[in-house]
Amino acid sequence: MRSLRVRLFATLIVATGALWFIAAAWIYVGARQEVEHVLDTRLQEAARMVASLVASGDMPARPKAGEPATSIPGLGGYERQLSCQIWSFDDRLVARSSGAPDEKLSDGGTGFSERVVNGEPWRVYAVEDEAKGIRVLVGDRLGLREKLVADLIKGLLWPAALILPLLGFLIWASVGQGLRPLRLIARELGGRDAEDMSPVDAGAMPSEIKPLTTAINGLFDKVERARRHEREVTAFAAHELRTPLAGLKTQAQIAATAKEPGVRDRALGQVLTAVDRASRLVTQLLALARLDAEAPASTPETAPLGSVIEEALELARATGPARVTLAPDVQRMCVQAPRQPLLLLLRNLFENAFEHSPPDGVVTCRVAGCAIEILDEGPGAPEAELPRLTQRFFRGSTKMATGEGAGLGLAIASAAAEQCGATLSFENRQDRTGLIARITFGQSLVAHNAAAA
Amino acid sequence: MRVLVVEDDPMLLDGLKVGLGLAGATCDVVSTCGDAEAALATSVFDAVVLDRMLPDGSGLDVLKRLRERGDRTPILLLTALDETSDRIDGLDAGADDYLGKPFDLDELAARIRAMVRRGAGRATPGLAWGEFTLDPATMTAAQGGKAVALSRREFAVLSALMERRGAIASRSEIEDRLYGWQEEIESNAVEVHVHHLRAKLGREAIETVRGLGYRMGGRS
Repeated sequence: MRSLRVRLFATLIVATGALWFIAAAWIYVGARQEVEHVLDTRLQEAARMVASLVASGDMPARPKAGEPATSIPGLGGYERQLSCQIWSFDDRLVARSSGAPDEKLSDGGTGFSERVVNGEPWRVYAVEDEAKGIRVLVGDRLGLREKLVADLIKGLLWPAALILPLLGFLIWASVGQGLRPLRLIARELGGRDAEDMSPVDAGAMPSEIKPLTTAINGLFDKVERARRHEREVTAFAAHELRTPLAGLKTQAQIAATAKEPGVRDRALGQVLTAVDRASRLVTQLLALARLDAEAPASTPETAPLGSVIEEALELARATGPARVTLAPDVQRMCVQAPRQPLLLLLRNLFENAFEHSPPDGVVTCRVAGCAIEILDEGPGAPEAELPRLTQRFFRGSTKMATGEGAGLGLAIASAAAEQCGATLSFENRQDRTGLIARITFGQSLVAHNAAAA
Repeated sequence: MRVLVVEDDPMLLDGLKVGLGLAGATCDVVSTCGDAEAALATSVFDAVVLDRMLPDGSGLDVLKRLRERGDRTPILLLTALDETSDRIDGLDAGADDYLGKPFDLDELAARIRAMVRRGAGRATPGLAWGEFTLDPATMTAAQGGKAVALSRREFAVLSALMERRGAIASRSEIEDRLYGWQEEIESNAVEVHVHHLRAKLGREAIETVRGLGYRMGGRS
């Protein structure tokens, strides 16, 4: 049963019905006993009453043989419930009530007995009067008793049968009313457009629905924040793509319209450069989007730091002519991090170092405590800009002069560092001009032998 | 037509300089707010193409300060911020026009011409003086309905004079229209161009006012 309303309705109706039936059964059993007791007492009383009438009255105690038995007027009332016979000890029927059978109701003895007379079961009470030599038998049909109890139960069940549908309707309606807040929420949410992330009004909701609305509002909040972040990044990316595209288009238009070959060739050269820049930007944006989308800490691998750095250098080599010096302790270390983000991190840091290096500059990579440091011999960065270097699309003042790069490389490095469980920070060199990029690992940077153990 | 272009992307800056040059404008290019303000304080431009997001600040601030000083130079905002609200902000800050990136070079040139035209209080796109007509959009000149072939510099000198509508234009003013800062000016360049123009249009087309400069000959 999918519907909560149907389920509640069925449960309530079955429970109510069952309760009613149990009550009816209980009453049936109880009423039967009570009726038996009351009617038995009545039989007893009636028999004694007749016996005392006979004892005090002028009824012929010994009627002559052959004389028809005197007919006592029926006790009347409700379908002649009681029948009375008076027998002499010598087995003659002295008198009987109207409607009483001719056959003897009881064979002998006093007290209660049951007997089938004319195909009907009777319950009889007998009283003997030694002085007058008679036995008074008062009986009633057991069928009548059954009928009485059955009437009682019927009287109980008929209204139940009538009331049950009414009750059903009431339950159905009130369950529906109880579920109304849910329907209201559903209608409110159903009527919304995709942009509407405003919280559902939880104030008027019953306390049972509140956890639901709270959860929905919490989800809305999370979705809205994720969407806002995405929109910001998209807007920024769109903005950052527009300027290179505008440059590309302008140069292409010049190439298309210029009549002088010199101007045209130069513009075509610029078009190629612009395409390279735009495609690098797109690659970087994709890398960043992938880092954003990936769940943090995808399966870490343990790898020798030296080989990872060499692989990252292979990827980064193309961008710069500077020489690289690896400190000896680099070869002794092992790093535990997911491979792709780690490569992306190191590669972008090396590329950044190469870009800022003078032609004969040296880029140094060394291990300091639980951190990897990459040092270049470039101009460094103003102290105020150091914390902003990893912001997306932030170009340092030194970079602005060249107009190269989109300000994404270090943002990618920072996002990749996060995936590696490391933090990225920058500071200027003290011994000479240059920048230090520091990747601080927690427990994931260990010496070789420790990793083996 | 001398245009100041303020843009921080070197590729686009180069494209604007060359492209607007092809459309007949002389471009000076700078890439920061500071340089733009310095240029605007020292030289007179027919129009400014201004990027909004510059490395050392917002182009809008440059625009506002310029308008506060009472400078009426036509300014076109050229920017990647292309939402309607951005356009409204820009225009309300004092810009004369707004163009989103990426744009069409010809459209940009046409918008600059239109701004300059409106700035000079003219409604028709062409310039006319006596029997001479100039069309800045196609960079063509005609004398009595017949087309006259002019070089880019000659066209620039003629349009500078025709825009004055018979008033005198000094030699240095004409030089300013012809050359950006980065270009080297030959000492007698203006005389040479005027000489060529007279050869093509007739001696009386341009009058020399000794010691002051030049003006168009005859009447409108």
